[in-house]
Amino acid sequence: MEIIETKNLVFEYIRRDDEGNVEGFTKAVDNVNLEVKQGDFIAILGHNGSGKSTLAKHLNAVVMPTEGTVYVDGKDTQDKEALWDIRKTAGMVFQNPDNQIIGQIVEEDVGFGPENMGVPTQEIWERVEESLKAVGMYAYRKHSPNKLSGGQKQRVSIAGVLAMHPKCIVLDEPTAMLDPNGRKEVIRAVRALNQAEDITVILITHYMEEVIHADKVFVMDQGKVVMEGTPKKIFSQVERLKELRLDVPQVTLLAYELGKSGLNLPKGILTTEEFVEELQKAALRML
Amino acid sequence: MSIIVNHVSCVFGGDTNMPVNALKDINLVINEGEFIGLIGHTGSGKSTLVQHLNGLIKATEGAVYFNGEDISDKDFDKKKLRSKVGLVFQYPEHQLFEIDVFSDVCFGPKNLGLSKKETELRAYKALKQVGISDEYFYQSPFALSGGQKRRVAIAGVLAMEPEVLILDEPTAGLDPKGRDEILTMIKKLQTEMGITVILVSHSMEDVAQYVDRIVVMNQGEIMYDAEPKEVFSHYKELEAVELAAPAVTYIMEKCREAGFPVNVKATTVLEAKNEILRIFHK
Repeated sequence: MEIIETKNLVFEYIRRDDEGNVEGFTKAVDNVNLEVKQGDFIAILGHNGSGKSTLAKHLNAVVMPTEGTVYVDGKDTQDKEALWDIRKTAGMVFQNPDNQIIGQIVEEDVGFGPENMGVPTQEIWERVEESLKAVGMYAYRKHSPNKLSGGQKQRVSIAGVLAMHPKCIVLDEPTAMLDPNGRKEVIRAVRALNQAEDITVILITHYMEEVIHADKVFVMDQGKVVMEGTPKKIFSQVERLKELRLDVPQVTLLAYELGKSGLNLPKGILTTEEFVEELQKAALRML
Repeated sequence: MSIIVNHVSCVFGGDTNMPVNALKDINLVINEGEFIGLIGHTGSGKSTLVQHLNGLIKATEGAVYFNGEDISDKDFDKKKLRSKVGLVFQYPEHQLFEIDVFSDVCFGPKNLGLSKKETELRAYKALKQVGISDEYFYQSPFALSGGQKRRVAIAGVLAMEPEVLILDEPTAGLDPKGRDEILTMIKKLQTEMGITVILVSHSMEDVAQYVDRIVVMNQGEIMYDAEPKEVFSHYKELEAVELAAPAVTYIMEKCREAGFPVNVKATTVLEAKNEILRIFHK
């Protein structure tokens, strides 16, 4: 069974003018069919306004479908009885860490989720400890969140979700406000959770470099999924991505640009190591 | 037109037992028409520094000179300074508030005490500069896309006709095309209108692509102040202060390690491409 499944998902909202008269309808999500397996690392790309965040909000029942169905671990998100289970199964992390941290001390903040779920005190502390260790923030457990860097705050937010023992974490542009090191820290923590704890990850981002390790990438445009496949397959299509207001990692772009100038390298190179290897092969061919 | 930052230090909470030295003896000259990238990790003092430049924060020690005048002088016209040195905060679209795009951009010049005609003329010009077409003028700013909202917010500052434009992470949260569009627009303001631009950014790739000079901040001090190639050649030192070089710098370094005789100072994709083609004699 898939951990997340959407069937013909449509989300429509009504546009109104200043007087409240209906101007028309906008389909923010338009007939999306997603199947995500437990333990997958999924990335969703798309320009601003393409429907990524609206889709993400369906995955833990913050937003309900206009048409179609969303199943989280087999449960329909429109089933009111299942709401708590769904929110526990799929946790969300948002862009701005300052909007998500409420505790005075790091460990209190991480304990907030399980406390609200009625987890016994002893177990809350165990969960806080393991969650903070999983994101490498245990040493900061007694600190005030205000004194942390952006990347550290965002890792505390992730620990807060982890403490609820989700099977799946949805991250909506978690690195948009971070410095380079903060971005690296967060992505490293997310990958570790995916690999070591088998937690399903759905990552929404505008940084192409962050998705090269994903199992599968979905690209959205006007509410629809317009491309899907492995990062290699997706990033092989430089022109198509540019049309969709997106980009490719710099190393991929460099290989592509070299190809246009007559130095042919395989399509969809994603890492520096791969690039150097192919460049060496190209040099040998020319000897 | 220039800004001189002379031995500026800034201490927060100096009268408490936990003073924070946000800036330590900063010396900086910003020349007319320059495009400067200001980088540094979270909490390195970037924002504190830029807020000194238009007098939002007063230096604890030292002085800031705008066109040769000390901005902390009693006679100095702070209001004029703020119209000359425009500051675009992070997520400036959160500051949009008017009923339509045009009124929002008019707010700044109107408060400068300009006539209605002059105000509207400036708003029109500013909206054109940021590439907002007429059809959006009488729409609610909240109905626009993320990138458009940000343009309108920048237009609101441009309508004050600043000589210096400081932007704090103007591309955060935008899609790649949106990032390029905003930065290209800013570059155009600098080259065509001669506006001095200071860009605070966390994207090393963007900084490498667009600016002429980089100032690196660390723990309240200036760590480097040089052209991009020079700064990014210290990528190991940058990593030690939570920064990095653009991805291409690492690619070129790896190529060199693998035995390719490349000049590793490339910081943009175009430079890297030309360098690799050169050694392949293409």
